Amino acid sequence: MLTFMASDSEEEVCDERTSLMSAESPTSRSCQEGRPGPEDGENMAQWRSQDSEEDCEEDPDGYACSRGPGRPPGLEEELTLKYGAKHVIMLFVPVTLCMIVVVATIKSVRFYTEKNGQLIYTPFTEDTPSVGQRLLNSVLNTLIMISVIVVMTIFLVVLYKYRCYKFIHGWLILSSLMLLFLFTYIYLGEVLKTYNVAMDYPTLFLAVWNFGAVGMVCIHWKGPLVLQQAYLIMISALMALVFIKYLPEWSAWVILGAISVYDLVAVLCPKGPLRMLVETAQERNEPIFPALIYSSAMVWTVGMAKLDPSSQGALQLPYDPEMGGVKLGLGDFIFYSVLVGKAAAAGNGDWNTTLACFIAILIGLCLTLLLLAVFKKALPALPISITFGLIFYFSTDNLVRPFMDTLASHQLYI
Amino acid sequence: MTAAVFFGCAFIAFGPALALYVFTIATDPLRVTFLIAGAFFWLVSLLLPSVFRYLVRIIAENRDGPIQKYLLIFRVLLSVCIQELFRLAYYRLRASEGLKSINPEETAPSMRLLAYVSGLGFGIMSGVFSFVNTLSDSLGPGTVGIHGDSPQFFLNSAFMTLVIILLHVFWGIVFFDGCEKKKWYILLMVLLTHLLVSTQVSVVTVLSVLAELKCRGLSGRFQPNEGHIHGK
Repeated sequence: MLTFMASDSEEEVCDERTSLMSAESPTSRSCQEGRPGPEDGENMAQWRSQDSEEDCEEDPDGYACSRGPGRPPGLEEELTLKYGAKHVIMLFVPVTLCMIVVVATIKSVRFYTEKNGQLIYTPFTEDTPSVGQRLLNSVLNTLIMISVIVVMTIFLVVLYKYRCYKFIHGWLILSSLMLLFLFTYIYLGEVLKTYNVAMDYPTLFLAVWNFGAVGMVCIHWKGPLVLQQAYLIMISALMALVFIKYLPEWSAWVILGAISVYDLVAVLCPKGPLRMLVETAQERNEPIFPALIYSSAMVWTVGMAKLDPSSQGALQLPYDPEMGGVKLGLGDFIFYSVLVGKAAAAGNGDWNTTLACFIAILIGLCLTLLLLAVFKKALPALPISITFGLIFYFSTDNLVRPFMDTLASHQLYI
Repeated sequence: MTAAVFFGCAFIAFGPALALYVFTIATDPLRVTFLIAGAFFWLVSLLLPSVFRYLVRIIAENRDGPIQKYLLIFRVLLSVCIQELFRLAYYRLRASEGLKSINPEETAPSMRLLAYVSGLGFGIMSGVFSFVNTLSDSLGPGTVGIHGDSPQFFLNSAFMTLVIILLHVFWGIVFFDGCEKKKWYILLMVLLTHLLVSTQVSVVTVLSVLAELKCRGLSGRFQPNEGHIHGK
């Protein structure tokens, strides 16, 4: 978050930091930065393998991280294929963890399933007498939400084109501050209430302060990879919980569907905002924004954690496939978790639906990775997974669940 | 119902599967992928009989009693057949596409390994789907068998789940072996044994239904192992 490629000092810092983040090439810029707040809910959910040359990867908030050129395409292709399965697992684990956190919270903390109003982005209520009216309201809510996202994306593209880096920078820092402090405080409060544990204010302050401060440092500056990943998973889970709480029922499902379509369009169409963002970044040969992406770089050599310039030497290593990793935008985490969380919240205590959605999302991710290995360019991670997830949610909830309930009560096993 | 019941039944049902997973599958990302794919295939194979059930429900709407039981048994048979069909489809998919698109350099996993992994995937998904709701009920309030049914409902279900998971593993291996060697009677054996296991409880149910029909006047609500769980 502290580095944009525009200024020299920042360049240095970014180099140091990229030496921490990824040992692949001097020009690799896999930075994990702060996170905008809910008003930035864009989900340009692309992702790519770190092995590929010119891929750009964008997080759901419209930030992309481009990697510099510098390796032969053939080598990359081979390595990409070879490590396909490893990449799949490297993403399965964080996605699963995020979903577990969200589902565990939904099932135990009642706060996140209570309806206490709606976000300003979904102004139409769903407490209407007729089904048609409710459907109409949810479609309208979706339209408003998607237009907000589109407007934000275009705003970001414009800001980026005119090099207003500091503005974006400040915005991201504010957003991640809010997430790490305010939402964590609320979450902790609700968890303590659920388990009826008393905590005095000084302890609470200490806990939240430490959590938040370390989070800011890890995400925006330097920190151990595992801690960064853990923080990114935590903030994705918090965002997903906010969405689950404040999005009305039907609107949430329609929004999920619409956002996958938008993702597809924005990433793949030539005139899509994300594509333009990516192309501008490639022209300037710099990372688009301090990106909010989850990076799963595999190997974390010991010397990397030190801040001495000698660690720069590691950047001159020949391309080592072991260092490769994949990146997935945090918006993908968020929307996957929203889907699974909604399934958990709505299921009348039923776990089958939740599990079915979970498996569907993982398979979608697998297929997307397969496509990535074939096409080798930035791909939207949402459409396939969310489609499978939606299909499985509605079919399991309505068709499979009664069947399995009957089977279980008769102790029939199929 | 206490945490002891919950953990005990959970580990009875899923302990071996978990051990199998941790020691043989978790180490290799390719196997995990195949496991999840197997679970997905089982899930898809579950959707179809449910669609059928939905259609049938519209037809046989409010007729209680033996009709519902027969329909249930028929649905079970259908779902077993479709599961085996999907096992065949999984085999075809794996055999044809091979693993080249994922892992060209390393040696491709043998078909037997695939059979094992897919069987485990099927088994885990089947076991989880059958048992997890019962497990979560066991954490809530209630008394098992308060109406005179067996108080060992949870234990029975846990053991049955364990059995089903392991059976799926074995069926997977035998099935793929039969496919490889083109011995189609092996496939038939797998299907028949699967049907036998799935309906062995319902055989008792059918018998009891017949007894009920004979005796007339008894309410059609007794199933040998049903537990009544309140509190959900």
